[in-house]
Amino acid sequence: MLDPGRYALVEDLGRPGYAHLGVAPSGALDQASLRLANRLAGNPEAAAGIEALLGGLSVRFTTAVTAAVTGPAVDVRVDGRPVGSHAPLPVRAGQTLTLGTPAAGLRCYLAVSGGIAVEPVLGSRSRDVLSGIGPEPLRAGDVLPLGEPGVPAGADVVVGVPAPGELVVPVTLGPRDDWFDDPAGALVAGWTVTADSNRVGLRLDGTPLRRAVDGELPSEGVVTGAIQVPPSGLPVVFLADHPTTGGYPVAAVVRTAALSALAQARPGTRIRFRPS
Amino acid sequence: MRWRRCGEDAALLDCDSLEQLRAAHATVLAARPPGVVDLVPGARSLLVVGGAAAVRALLEAADLTHPPADEPREVTLDVHYDGEDLPLIAADAGVSTDAVVDLHTEAVYTVAFTGFAPGFGYLTGLPPQLQQPRLESPRTRVPAGSAGIAGEFTGVYPRESPGGWRLLGHTSATLFDPHADPPALFAPGDRVRFRSVR
Repeated sequence: MLDPGRYALVEDLGRPGYAHLGVAPSGALDQASLRLANRLAGNPEAAAGIEALLGGLSVRFTTAVTAAVTGPAVDVRVDGRPVGSHAPLPVRAGQTLTLGTPAAGLRCYLAVSGGIAVEPVLGSRSRDVLSGIGPEPLRAGDVLPLGEPGVPAGADVVVGVPAPGELVVPVTLGPRDDWFDDPAGALVAGWTVTADSNRVGLRLDGTPLRRAVDGELPSEGVVTGAIQVPPSGLPVVFLADHPTTGGYPVAAVVRTAALSALAQARPGTRIRFRPS
Repeated sequence: MRWRRCGEDAALLDCDSLEQLRAAHATVLAARPPGVVDLVPGARSLLVVGGAAAVRALLEAADLTHPPADEPREVTLDVHYDGEDLPLIAADAGVSTDAVVDLHTEAVYTVAFTGFAPGFGYLTGLPPQLQQPRLESPRTRVPAGSAGIAGEFTGVYPRESPGGWRLLGHTSATLFDPHADPPALFAPGDRVRFRSVR
C-alpha cells in the first residue's frame, strides 16, 4: 500500500449471524460493486477487496495479478497509463495501480485475484468501524497477503454504478410506522444526505417526522436498512456497521437491492423513500 | 403477541410479557428452523432475520406456556466493588455501600439482550433499590470492565467507551474477544451472578 487515499478498508460480504452478541453484519456497503469486482478478477464474489472512500488509492504489486476496480466510474492507471475501471486489468509484478477521484459516488472497490487474505475475524475480513472488529484502516506501507487466484472473467462489458443527485429508494413500512403521523407521506417528501453520514448510517435532513405515540420504545433488534427516527424526527438509515439494537422507532426498512445505491450517496444527495 | 414486518426477510415479534419472550426465544433456539440468520432478543421483542415465515409457523404451533426446558448457561463474574458512583448509588438506595454490594451480589440476573457494543449484555433481575437513573451527564470515558447500573438493567462495559451508567466497580474478566469461542461472555438467556472480590 503506497497511499490509502482518504480512507481505505478491507471488506468482504461481512459477518452476519452474530447480532445476538452485539456484532453488526458489516461488509462492503456497495455489495453489488464488490461482487462485480471479484467476478472480474476471477474471485468468488465473497472474497475480500478494498473499499476506498473517494478513490485516491495507490498500490504496488509484488506479484503478477488480475485487478479490477468498480463502483462509480473512476480514473485507473497502471504505472501512469490510463486503463479504465470496470474491466479485468492484468498487472505485472512491480507495477503500481492508482485510482483517481470519482466525479460522482463515494466508494470504489478494488479486487485483486486471490482476494485480500488477511486473517478473518468471526468468519469475515471486513472492518467494522463502529465496533473496531476486523483489519485496521489501511495505511501507507501496509503489505497485504493474497489468496490463491482463480480464472479471471473474459470480456465482461460493464459500466460504473450511476450516482445521481436524486435517488428514489424503495422501502417497506414498519416495524414501527404506527408511531408516526403519515409515515409514508413524510418519507416520500424528500430528504438530503448530510455530511455526518458514514458506514454506520446515513443521516438525513428534511422536514422532521412527527410522532403519533409518545413515550419510550423498549430496545429492540434492528436490521441493515432500518430507517430509525430519533426524537429530532430526522431519520438515520442504518448501513452495514449499524448498532444491533436500538431504542428509537424504525418507521421503514430499505429494500436490500437499494442499499448499494445508498452506499454511493454523497452528502447533498436528495432521497425520496417510496413505500411498497 | 404480534408480528411486525421488518423489511423483506425479517420480522419483529412483539411479546406481551418477558416470560412469553423467553419462551419464544427458547422455542426458536431449540428448533433453529432453516434460513434463520440472526435471532436478536430485545427488551420486549424478538427480531428474526431470515426464515421469518418458518419461525412464525413454528411459534403459532407452539405452546408458549410450556417452552422447551432450558438449562441456561451460568456465568459468575468477580467484581471489585470500588466504583466511582458507589456512594451515590448507596445514598439513592438509602443503604450503606456494603449493603449495595450485598444487594448486587445476592441477586441472580438474566442476559435479556445485547447491544451498544459487542459483548455488552443488558442484565435484568436488579433489586428495586438499585434500579436508578443514568448519570445526568455521561462520562466521556468509562474503562473496560466497569460494572454499572441504569434503569432496570445492570451490565459490564466490554471495552473503553463513553457511557452514562452509574458505576459499581470493575472486573478483570474479558467480556468480548472476537478470537475466542464463544466470542462473548454473555449471550441472551445466560444466568449471571456477581461475586465481590477485594
